[in-house]
Amino acid sequence: MNLDDLYRDVVMDHYKNPRGREPLERVDIHAEGANPSCGDEVGLDLQVEEGRILKVGVRGRGCAVSTASGSILAEMVEGLTLEEAGRVARRMKGALKGEVRPGEIDMGDLEALTGVRKFPVRIKCALLPWVTLLEALLEKEKET
Amino acid sequence: MAAGAKLDPGKVRGEFPLLAGKRGKGRLVYLDSAATTQKPERVIAAEARFYRESNANVHRGLYDLAGRATEAYEGCRRRVAAFLGADPRGVVITRNATAALNLAALGSARLLGRGDEILVTVMEHHANLVPWIQVAKRTGAALKHIPLDRMGRLDLEALPGLLGPRTRIAALSAASNVLGTIPPLAEIARRAREAGALVVVDAAQAAGRLPLSFEKTGADLLAFSAHKCYGPMGLGFLVGKPEVLERLEPLETGGEMIEAVHMDRASWAEVPRRFEAGTPNVAAAAAFPPALDLLEEIGLDRVRRHEMELTEYALERLSSLEGLEILGPANPEERVGLVSFHDPLVHPHDLATFLDGEGVAVRAGHHCAQPLHRILGIPSSLRASFGIYTVKEDVDALVEGIGKARRYFQG
Ligand SMILES: Cc1ncc(COP(=O)(O)O)c(C=O)c1O
Repeated sequence: MNLDDLYRDVVMDHYKNPRGREPLERVDIHAEGANPSCGDEVGLDLQVEEGRILKVGVRGRGCAVSTASGSILAEMVEGLTLEEAGRVARRMKGALKGEVRPGEIDMGDLEALTGVRKFPVRIKCALLPWVTLLEALLEKEKET
Repeated sequence: MAAGAKLDPGKVRGEFPLLAGKRGKGRLVYLDSAATTQKPERVIAAEARFYRESNANVHRGLYDLAGRATEAYEGCRRRVAAFLGADPRGVVITRNATAALNLAALGSARLLGRGDEILVTVMEHHANLVPWIQVAKRTGAALKHIPLDRMGRLDLEALPGLLGPRTRIAALSAASNVLGTIPPLAEIARRAREAGALVVVDAAQAAGRLPLSFEKTGADLLAFSAHKCYGPMGLGFLVGKPEVLERLEPLETGGEMIEAVHMDRASWAEVPRRFEAGTPNVAAAAAFPPALDLLEEIGLDRVRRHEMELTEYALERLSSLEGLEILGPANPEERVGLVSFHDPLVHPHDLATFLDGEGVAVRAGHHCAQPLHRILGIPSSLRASFGIYTVKEDVDALVEGIGKARRYFQG
């Protein structure tokens, strides 16, 4: 097992300089996620206009894997419609769990995170922000 | 072992197939004995031997083999009673400490009513907290918590305000699985009893680490797991005074636990079998006495001294890492053989994964004590825990690993 498979340069870069850390002026959708097995918590704020995500705010400090995953999320879903973001999140979830082969979709920086599949106990860390996003979108759907 | 001589972990390791032999690189540095200890050859062999030579169900057949299985099972009960200086009629065999604590808590629902109080501590493992939350919800009783002082010890000054005429039960651990703290159990038990409460002790982290006498703990009921004392998985105990066990309601009903069954009613067997519905883990019961033999051959005083020395060494070495936040009392005499810490520089997950890459197995997370971590203001921690086979080099490997991890994640 090689640690560098998990902590690739891209992951370490996102970890050390996470995106989406500035507080938002306006929060339209908010969700909290927690990983019950370790106690890590993440808060996601979305600023939305006409069904499009303008800005993402990520709060909470987790491990390198979940921090990088949250940072990649912030980068990837900004500018997407809620529907598109949901689609991306579901695909990411599938890819991180190994249900979808990474080659089948364009994963951007998240490709670097798929090394986590060699570390089964850490998959949950990578999933946390994405699962939280899906919860947020689900809540929003219920509201409307 | 000669009186006064120290425990020699190097020699003890030879008995543990998972640890024996390997030296230097590639050696397993197992620092998670608080989660489960490794198993000595004699335990592994005894479990296999049961299936090879004595396998039959217990308390059922009239043939010789069934008699041997029953003897193995009942022999375990007697052995555990002797180990703790308890009455074998008060030893209930369960699946694990969690099941034993569930029996203690839910089984005492009939003793509780609205406005009654259950006293626990803020450092309990979920196994000694959630069952009490459940029974409180069911009966209308209220939970009260003994807080910690700044040193990570139970704050006994709060006790007078917490114990009262409505305190029916005081449930606390004999050693914390996160802080390592050993509370002054006998004193708390005495004061709880004076207030009229039953005393329930979670000894999961004390059994096999400290010399333990059922009577001296002051417990009415005491729970522990075999797998944390060098014994097999799937086996635990609720040790109680028989007259206290008489007052508990059985949680599981069915075969083995009855005296007489009619179409529409049943009466219960005697204590402790009343609490042992269905086929138990007889093979595990057969394999546990050899683990207790090993502990007693070494001597629990020596085990205790060994763990204390390792704890002292670990506290000292870990303090050399700048910024590392070590949890629990500073005095090794007040702790069992485990040290948890929080590194503000590297998240516990990353640290645990990194250490795993170095061959060092430690536990990261909240260790089934979420409320405690909330009080400490950290989401999770890393825990290194020791056993009779742990050597100082294991602690060295941990400390060096943390240094390397810091360079890897911070550099
Ligand atoms: C203090 C304490 N109590 C209870 C338990 C539960 O033990 P088991 O999982 O064997 O039921 C543990 C072990 O994790 C523990 O450390």
